[in-house]
Amino acid sequence: MGITTADLASVLEVFADRIRAAREELTALDSAIGDADHGINMDRGMTAVRELLPGLRDGDAGTLFKQSGMKLISTVGGASGPLYGTLFLRMGTALADAHEVSTEQLAAALRAALEGVVQRGKAVLDDKTMIDAMTPAVEAFEAAADSDLHVALTAAASAAAAGRDRVTPLIARKGRASYLGERSANHQDPGATSTTILFESLRDGLGTSG
Amino acid sequence: MKKLINTPDTLVDEELAGMAAAHADLIRIEAPNVIVRKDAPRQGKVGVISGGGSGHEPMHGGFVGLGMLDAACPGAVFTSPVPDQMLAATKAVSGGAGVLHIVKNYTGDIMNFEIAAELAGAEGIDVEAVVMADDVAVKDSLYTAGRRGVGGTVLAEKIVGAAAEAGADLATVKALCQKVQDNVRSMGMALTSCTVPAAGKPTFDIGDDEMEIGIGIHGEPGRERRKLATADEITEALATPILDDMPFQKGDRVLAFVNGMGGTPLIELYVVFRKLHEIVAGRGITIERNLVGNYITSLEMAGCSITLLKLDDELVRFWDAPVHTPALRWGV
Repeated sequence: MGITTADLASVLEVFADRIRAAREELTALDSAIGDADHGINMDRGMTAVRELLPGLRDGDAGTLFKQSGMKLISTVGGASGPLYGTLFLRMGTALADAHEVSTEQLAAALRAALEGVVQRGKAVLDDKTMIDAMTPAVEAFEAAADSDLHVALTAAASAAAAGRDRVTPLIARKGRASYLGERSANHQDPGATSTTILFESLRDGLGTSG
Repeated sequence: MKKLINTPDTLVDEELAGMAAAHADLIRIEAPNVIVRKDAPRQGKVGVISGGGSGHEPMHGGFVGLGMLDAACPGAVFTSPVPDQMLAATKAVSGGAGVLHIVKNYTGDIMNFEIAAELAGAEGIDVEAVVMADDVAVKDSLYTAGRRGVGGTVLAEKIVGAAAEAGADLATVKALCQKVQDNVRSMGMALTSCTVPAAGKPTFDIGDDEMEIGIGIHGEPGRERRKLATADEITEALATPILDDMPFQKGDRVLAFVNGMGGTPLIELYVVFRKLHEIVAGRGITIERNLVGNYITSLEMAGCSITLLKLDDELVRFWDAPVHTPALRWGV
């Protein structure tokens, strides 16, 4: 049996919980190299998304992600709103009308999401952004997609965390952290951190399905 | 945290309600959180809108009115507004002649305004955008998000608003805004941090004997932490990189803007202006117009920024043109 829309709604619920729990941590990371609002903004957005979930979990996965993406764009602001909004919108387009999602379909949706975020934010690897966590996570998921779903999800979450940590020593080249130049080095990137939380939520939210 | 607020969550809404009550002759508030000039839309006039995070008051909402902005979109504190707001503002001020978006160069602002422009375009409204990026503290290179939009934005909104009021078309208004951007440079500094209400703690720690040179308008740390210096030394440290950047040259005419970050009194800003006047005159440059006060702030941060705009007759004419907004008023 594939992944149902209700399973994916649970992932978003887990993501909302974890963002709430990490709100202070994300804001503290953003205080060091940004403008001290990443946790606050993501929590506001995911709280709004959470309210939509009961009405979406019985529909198709495309609608679930499209509505969630639109909600993030209209509630988060900053750079995170358009970026996470685009991420979910592209997943929504990739999963249009799907009531059950295969591992391969999920891989394709994550790839489309990554392409959308790159297009919107114009960041490349090593700019020290969410792309640095998301790219290895998507690649790891694709590489393991023909094995067990949980194996692929675990690989993706680990790759995201490794990507997040890999760029911590680097100098940021996009977003407000880039204004700091060398002073941005050796600070963990807040965007890569929230993206890692997203992949951990996928792993834990879908852990028992598929 | 010690602030004159009710709750962080209601802060922006309550501020807007207060502005609407205080300035009902100039502005109205529309959902979702858009400050609109009372008589908008005006048929045949190019609409000029801007927006950005709250916490920089009076920018941008305080600049809505005759001869300046037609609408402003305030986001959460230090957070870009969302496309819904910019789209609502664009529609509210669209009088058939197109709408100019004045966007400060921040990653979030750019992306949200881009999405809004796409949505407005789909509804048949001509939208052009100019990105303000005048902060010389940031290196403009492939390795940064580019220079930040700071004090030059205030001057652009005044000058561009005057041109739109005089009936200039969209292409002319856009070119004028770009001209201001090309001729304006700024740099700021902070003596203290600011506290984002929802965060509850100062954005950065700074010692009693330290200052941050090159600070942005969101309490994002600058490029250099230094020992506290005198007002004259600080003015020199800000003015020199600005003057050397374009560079400004002997014989140039400028508008000098000394801006407070929110927590610095006018008595100190005039000390800065005095020294700036001396430095600029020493280079054979004439200050023809000036603006001194708190116009683009970072909540309660103490500190200042200096902005210099190279003037010509056209820019002087639009600067002098009548303006009537909550924060700037002359000629009416």
